[in-house]
Amino acid sequence: MPSAVKESRGDRWFLLFNYMYLLFALVIVLYPLVYIISASISDPRYVSSGEMWLLPKGITFEGYARVFENSKIWTGYKNTIIYALVGTAVNLLVTMPAAYALSRKDFVGRGFFMGMFLVTMFFGGGLVPSYLLVKDLGMVNSMWALILPGAASIWNIIVARTFFQSTIPRELQEAAHIDGCTNLRLFMKIVLPLSLPIIAVMALFYGVGHWNSYFSAMIYLNEEAKYPLQMILRQILVLQEMGSEMTGPVSGEVAQALANKADVAALVKYAVIIVSTLPVIAVYPFLQRYFVQGVMIGSVKG
Amino acid sequence: MQQDVQAALPNSMPDPSVPVQKKRTLWRRITRNWELYLFIAPAFFYFLIFHYGPMYGIQIAFKNFIPTMGITGSPWVGFEHFVRFFDSYYFWDLLWNTLSISLYELAVGFPLPIILALAFNEVKDSFFKRTVQTVTYAPHFISVVVMSGMIITFLSPSSGIIVHMIQFLGFDAPQFLTDPAWFKTVYVLSGVWQSTGWGTIIYLAALSAVDPQLHEAAIVDGASRWRRIMHINIPAIVPTITILLILNMGSILGVGFEKILLLQNPLNMEASDVISTFVYRSGLLDAQYSFSTAVGLFNSVVNAILLIVVNQIARRTSENSLW
Repeated sequence: MPSAVKESRGDRWFLLFNYMYLLFALVIVLYPLVYIISASISDPRYVSSGEMWLLPKGITFEGYARVFENSKIWTGYKNTIIYALVGTAVNLLVTMPAAYALSRKDFVGRGFFMGMFLVTMFFGGGLVPSYLLVKDLGMVNSMWALILPGAASIWNIIVARTFFQSTIPRELQEAAHIDGCTNLRLFMKIVLPLSLPIIAVMALFYGVGHWNSYFSAMIYLNEEAKYPLQMILRQILVLQEMGSEMTGPVSGEVAQALANKADVAALVKYAVIIVSTLPVIAVYPFLQRYFVQGVMIGSVKG
Repeated sequence: MQQDVQAALPNSMPDPSVPVQKKRTLWRRITRNWELYLFIAPAFFYFLIFHYGPMYGIQIAFKNFIPTMGITGSPWVGFEHFVRFFDSYYFWDLLWNTLSISLYELAVGFPLPIILALAFNEVKDSFFKRTVQTVTYAPHFISVVVMSGMIITFLSPSSGIIVHMIQFLGFDAPQFLTDPAWFKTVYVLSGVWQSTGWGTIIYLAALSAVDPQLHEAAIVDGASRWRRIMHINIPAIVPTITILLILNMGSILGVGFEKILLLQNPLNMEASDVISTFVYRSGLLDAQYSFSTAVGLFNSVVNAILLIVVNQIARRTSENSLW
């Protein structure tokens, strides 16, 4: 916006409203986040009675202590990390080479492959045939049921393809060919090193997806020891099932304060929300640029 | 390149007819980039197996699927499952819930990111602007499970903070989670909270492409900020709006059922049961494979038709369409 021009009276009013609107949006979004943080370290009685409404009151870390003592949450955490790492690696291995091939104008059959992939964006077999397929492939109750059916996303392939098309100069590729460089070497030695930002974006998109997903785990896994974190969270937050090790008697000073089982349960809930969401929310401000980049590349109609 | 030409020369026929020549160069173009086929192979097989595979499985919607007989071996029953679904007493309820949640979401959730993006665009880059952006993008990364947990906790009749606030203002708080009348609002507004900020990014990208000279010229002509938004910024993002609207219409029967599934309870079922949650229940929990596949197929077909129709309308009335 050119700022040298003096704002007219009407424009100043407009800007005032605009700032107020943005402030309103900020408060609306920020409040629940702050509330959860405060509630996770407040005396649950103040929380459930509504006395704690913004800043922590009667500070206690009992909720976190319970969460850290809970072996189910740790197992879930470990499983989620494994699934997210392996899953993201598979995602990248499928997405990046395919996106590169599709970015090459001299790739015969490009239109066919693109069309074949795009159709799946708008039409699919649906839940039950997909489930039966995974079952027939013998993947039920294994990690692969969570990873292989989502091995690539057409959206991400398009984003990566658009990146390759717009940042890797065609002359570079042609020159490499004339020098006798094979496509494989070209991809590994020239294209990928130039594409670190998009690899980061893809890894982030896929990684967050794995971290946050629960549905495949719910339908394909039937052993609790294999559950990812989100399934454990579902038990705690949504189904409100908590084992006695979570709500059982406490020792020490806090014991009196936490006489009520329901209070402990509530406290654990807030703590577990923080513990499970923290890794994503904590890295996000540093990586925001990359996420935004990914969406922006994707928005270039391709 | 040079090697190609030399290699082609000795082989050239006395009278090379054009089609043969063409075939040969096509073959050469394919073989020269043979590695690219290896590159695309994993994705090709992935889509073939995990997307086209289930499409093959759709035929059980027209069969009585018996697991021991397999997909191909099960007997055909024609449209029996579809008829049963259309005749069932819950058909209209499911359709109404699915449609109304989608349209409600579209009506509230679609314009808000546009308005917020226009508002962001009026503010110079500053600490304040970056803070608002960072904060409003953040809920996008909260998982559905945590989101549902937050909703359930905040709206708890005995301890929820939102309930406390309503009571503080002197009103009776409704039973948000169990009253069917409130389910859709809870679903839509929580979605707005979670995704409005993130939704602005795509519009901000389009707005950043606006030529600053347009604004400068308009300012010289004495146009106010409001008028410049209406006549410069909004027209600049109309293509983006159209494309996103088409995509949204194409998934109108595909409401985000992961969240609905988590917020569903026996008391709000009459408002919260949508086609996809019904498919999940009857298909995976009750193992009525064929019937639920038929219901799911009905859903996908309606979606595909809507997408095509809306895209067609967009193509007729504007220059923007998906294809």
